[in-house]
Amino acid sequence: MASATRESKPDDDVLVRVENVVKHFPVKAGGFVRHTVGQVHAVDDVSLVIERGKTLGLVGETGSGKSTLARCVAGLLPVTSGRVIFNGTNITRLSRAAMRPYRREVQMIFQDPYSSLNPRRRVGAIIGDPFAIHKTATGAERKRQVQELMERVGLNPEHFNRFPAEFSGGQRQRIGVARALALRPKLIICDEPVSALDVSIQAQVLNLLSDLQHEYGLSYLFIAHDLEVVRHVSDKVAVMYLGRIGEAGPAEELYDKPRHPYTVALLSAAPAADPDTAAARQRVILVGDVPSPIDPPAGCRFHPRCPKAQEICGKVEPPLVRDDSVPPPAGDGEPGPDAGQPAADVPGGWAHVTACHFPVVPGESLAAVGAKGELA
Amino acid sequence: MSILESSALDAQQAADGQAATRPVEGHSQWQLTWRRLRSDRVSMIALGVIIIMVILAIIAPAFAAITGHGVNTAYPIQGENDAGNPVGPGVNGFWLGTDSTGRDLFVRILYGARISLFVGVVTTLIATVVGVAVGLMAGYFGGIIDTILGRFTDAVLAFPYVILALALAVVFRPSLTIILAVIAFFSWAAIARIVRGQTLAIKEKEYIEAARSLGAGPFRIMFVDILPNLLAPVLVVGTLLIPNAVVFEATLSYLGLGIQPPTPSWGNMLADASNFYQVAWWYLAFPALFLLITTLAFNLLGDGIRDAMDPRTERLIAARRMRQRRARDRKRAADAGQGPAIPDTVNG
Repeated sequence: MASATRESKPDDDVLVRVENVVKHFPVKAGGFVRHTVGQVHAVDDVSLVIERGKTLGLVGETGSGKSTLARCVAGLLPVTSGRVIFNGTNITRLSRAAMRPYRREVQMIFQDPYSSLNPRRRVGAIIGDPFAIHKTATGAERKRQVQELMERVGLNPEHFNRFPAEFSGGQRQRIGVARALALRPKLIICDEPVSALDVSIQAQVLNLLSDLQHEYGLSYLFIAHDLEVVRHVSDKVAVMYLGRIGEAGPAEELYDKPRHPYTVALLSAAPAADPDTAAARQRVILVGDVPSPIDPPAGCRFHPRCPKAQEICGKVEPPLVRDDSVPPPAGDGEPGPDAGQPAADVPGGWAHVTACHFPVVPGESLAAVGAKGELA
Repeated sequence: MSILESSALDAQQAADGQAATRPVEGHSQWQLTWRRLRSDRVSMIALGVIIIMVILAIIAPAFAAITGHGVNTAYPIQGENDAGNPVGPGVNGFWLGTDSTGRDLFVRILYGARISLFVGVVTTLIATVVGVAVGLMAGYFGGIIDTILGRFTDAVLAFPYVILALALAVVFRPSLTIILAVIAFFSWAAIARIVRGQTLAIKEKEYIEAARSLGAGPFRIMFVDILPNLLAPVLVVGTLLIPNAVVFEATLSYLGLGIQPPTPSWGNMLADASNFYQVAWWYLAFPALFLLITTLAFNLLGDGIRDAMDPRTERLIAARRMRQRRARDRKRAADAGQGPAIPDTVNG
């Protein structure tokens, strides 16, 4: 896929590089003369990398901007500023025609298996759509490939003549997976692919996604608000809050030693399956609501709700800083400062990075500090 | 292709004696709609009336041959009485009587049905194509395109169409083409408005986003992804547009701006009959009756289709409940000792 727009030497490990992406939505008012009265800061200056064949989990509350970021990466939304570099090609300002080859490489799986499948079209037509749009297979060949895909994702290939309404939620999500898989993409963006499913079905779909990743060497950008699901599937995890990444790192590292107070609170809020674990754990209960993304707080965006907040937090935006106690992975060798290596300090890289002035140290109890919050 | 294959599979399974696995053929929205529509007696009668009317219109020349009366042939001897007035139904082999110049009213009504149905169907088809295209574009693209198309639609809907039709008919010589153009021009806006509204709702669905992420262009999305979801409302509105167009044609012809004599149309027959109804009631009554039955049938069918598309509609449920109650009452009456029970055929 040589292209004139190739920006730099593509580094081997990185498939997608998101650089300082900003996405604002104008807020309009007025009847006759529409004018912009504000901006929703959905995604603000986010950088991350997605490694080849790996899964980057993206967690955050509703409204944290994770779905918007995903749509920017998928090229469904134009970015306000910043760049999305896919396989060495900057795809942020491409025309629809120039975008077409990239569309084959990046596919999406959607949250709601009920609204992501056209109710008036047969399953065969839905899964065959990628072939029809990119004119890669027609007629009997297309049908054969569709049935192959259906079989691969665990559907009965005889059912290609049915309508989506005749399938269960889990089966419908498999249809969505088959459609995303059709063109053998390099990256699949999973926008909360299992949050609308039964817990028992979730595991099936997650296992399917995991099998497909190994089989086809897929990379996933996996969005969810279920922390356990993200931990299960992700190699690297990034935590978003109000349009920014607060903390990112290798999944186990981040779950075991969360450093951002928001991550700590988020992890403590997730229900634990083991009652002993649940009892031993200190809940960090955040006060207040997520501030409006139209007028985000100055400084650290989390400071109005943060139990550790101090004066500086409301004034100075904390940068993402590497936790130096984590050594670089041995296999990757010593990552040098030269370009071409996966940047360590970018979310999705190997390092554990945190945007906090006063990161939580292991063993520290946030709940005690949280008394300040409870008094408020 | 797929249907053939699955029915072949079905046959094979039946041959193998495997009744456990049902053939895997999805019931489309249309199959379900048709099934519901078939249980609605009013709609089926309306459909029957329409089919009969269409057949009568098609085989109108056959009736001309049977009666031996040409459509534009005047019969001054048999077709008029001593005073020179039309003869009544059944007189001298004129089944529905004659008109003011002694022509066979029945044959002329059937030929008039050809015009009426042709105008009704053709204008509705034109209006549907235009309306769907305009509505889809306005709804999907939005912005300035929506504003322009939307205002144009509003203007058409607000226009006093009879006045424009009169003006056009005066400027151009009245002809079938002008009639089709005028009626179609005033019919598409209703469809465009409904299609636009539906498109606005559907384009926010995730499956449209899925199509975009696959790289589908705007026209593929409009016609492959959105249009199938619009067919139901369009079909309903289209069915209801046909009787409007039929009446519109009759109105224009009645005013002398539509189909020109001697070509028969229900409209120009009614216009002529208005001078004779005191001596020949049948001349006014029968064309009016045919017009009424036809438009009523289309309207009832349109209502029925709308109800059948939406399974929650009250009318069908109420009708079914009433049938069940009636059947129950009958059974109870029968059980009360009035002889053997009447078999419950209605509820089946």
